Amino acid sequence: MNYQYVVQRLLLALVVVLGITFVVFMIMQIVPGDPARVILGPYASDEAVAGLRGRLGLDRPFFEQYFTWLSKAVRGDFGQSLLNSQDVAPQLQGRIGPSFELAMVSLVIGLVIAFPIGIISALKPGSAIDIIATIFSQIGVSVPTFWMGIVLVIVFSLNLNLLPPSGYTPIWEDAGDWLAHIILPAFTAGFVSASIQTRFIRSAMLDVLNANYVQTARAKGLPERTVITRHALRNALINIVTIIGLQITALFSGIVIVEVVFSWPGLGRLAFNAVEERDYPLLQGAVMVVAIMVTLVNLFVDLLYFLLDPRIEYA
Amino acid sequence: MSLSDSLNKRVASADQPLGPANTLWRDAFRRLLRHRLAMFGALILLVVVVMGIFGPAITPFDPNGMDFSDRFADPSIEHWMGTDDFGRDIFSRIIVGARVSLQVGFIAVSVATIIGTGLGLMAGYSTRITDEVIMRAMDVLYAFPAILLAIAIMAALGKGIGNAMIAIGIVYIPIFARIARGAVLGIRNDEFIIAAKAMGAGDVRILLTHVLPNVLSPIIVEVTLSLAFAILAEAALSFFGLGTQPPDPSWGRMLSEGRAFFRQSGWMGVFPGLAIFFTVMGFNFLGDGLRDALDPKLRR
Repeated sequence: MNYQYVVQRLLLALVVVLGITFVVFMIMQIVPGDPARVILGPYASDEAVAGLRGRLGLDRPFFEQYFTWLSKAVRGDFGQSLLNSQDVAPQLQGRIGPSFELAMVSLVIGLVIAFPIGIISALKPGSAIDIIATIFSQIGVSVPTFWMGIVLVIVFSLNLNLLPPSGYTPIWEDAGDWLAHIILPAFTAGFVSASIQTRFIRSAMLDVLNANYVQTARAKGLPERTVITRHALRNALINIVTIIGLQITALFSGIVIVEVVFSWPGLGRLAFNAVEERDYPLLQGAVMVVAIMVTLVNLFVDLLYFLLDPRIEYA
Repeated sequence: MSLSDSLNKRVASADQPLGPANTLWRDAFRRLLRHRLAMFGALILLVVVVMGIFGPAITPFDPNGMDFSDRFADPSIEHWMGTDDFGRDIFSRIIVGARVSLQVGFIAVSVATIIGTGLGLMAGYSTRITDEVIMRAMDVLYAFPAILLAIAIMAALGKGIGNAMIAIGIVYIPIFARIARGAVLGIRNDEFIIAAKAMGAGDVRILLTHVLPNVLSPIIVEVTLSLAFAILAEAALSFFGLGTQPPDPSWGRMLSEGRAFFRQSGWMGVFPGLAIFFTVMGFNFLGDGLRDALDPKLRR
């Protein structure tokens, strides 16, 4: 096995994480004018502004600020929230679980929708189901996530009274209630994800179905079911896993919107609230954790790709 | 036909100047015109562009004009899409909102295209170290979910439509950089590039006159598809109160305002949502059509 690929991929992830910390640190640096003045507002006294500048370390040289901030962040210290003066780290910890749950359930819903539609439309290109799949895919990529979320709330919560419109219950407290709360937000994010994945799964399956080894499998008289499941799908999976990895970032982008619409207590909503309150340390912490989560999931998918396809080499 | 006849014909046709009919672009345009979905998308976009250009001149009512005696009116002959919580005509506001969406989309995507393509060309054409530095920086930007990065940038720069354009533009830079770099890597060792180098052309000249025209196809397709995403992103930012500020109408802002009154008047949210949906779909259809038309594999 080519472990050089694994090592290089790990090193690359480390470089990306370091870059993420720099971008996140820059959020407060690009605030026009004095960030302390912006945070406290135009009527704050000069003493209060100077005090906040000292507390945030804004009166020190740029690189000293960055390395001080980075060395604390590495130890899990993201500073204190400007709004409630509480440590940012514990507030982030409580939000990682709900965001991760929502992302995973959305991903599963997306795959459950996309796999059968993608495979069937690849098996019968040009058929009615293929055309319906194309229309479904176009609708999915064109519909605004937040609008779809609102429409689902109106239909399933306000009109039919089937599911709660917002909120969250931890799974260990009441699994049924957790499920009831997660269905609408996860479906909203999953639907968009499914519409993109359907295209890729169809395309990956079409490529494989035209390959020589699939023709050979058919020629030697194997049942169609075996040809598709053992020969075509297994090989198409390699490309599909890569595409799922590439979709992770887009999925998390949808999750951020969905969390705000459905008042889901995740990192996206925390970041949004932090923006509203100009709570930069909290915003920096939330954005950094989400970006690192995305990087780690991408790393996991890359390594999975390596296991699925031993031919892969680092290019 | 004898060999000499065939040769004579070729020589005769070679004497004639190469008109637009003989260009690859002309072929691509013909293929695009035959692409039904692309033409449907173009038709939708034509309507949106007309709304964007002539917006205030063609609205039946003042888009910001309030009429408290006619709040939450259902669609009618007078108000085609009803009225909102201030009695403002929703149809007029949707027409004017088209300008905001198109402005943000075009400016943000232009920023992303110029910077991203420039960086991608540099990365693909220059030394390995430059390539690594640029592309790792792009990897870092790409690690952030688009909307989250845009929100963070807007948190720093402040609310408003101008900053929304900058934020969305920055978010899409890595996509263009990757596409341009990939296209450059595919042709950087081709004979026409080597010939240009041998003739003493400088790097900038080679990039602009030889490389860029040859990597334009994937970039044009990505511009069209990115416009769709940029319009969605602007709508999301305005929906969250970060983009367009009241009383200016934008589709995302109208959706946000309509959210609070969905029970009283669903129309307030339905029509802006449909406007976003059809515009984004128009760009997606056109983008897909362009991809099919410009795909070198389909060229004869």
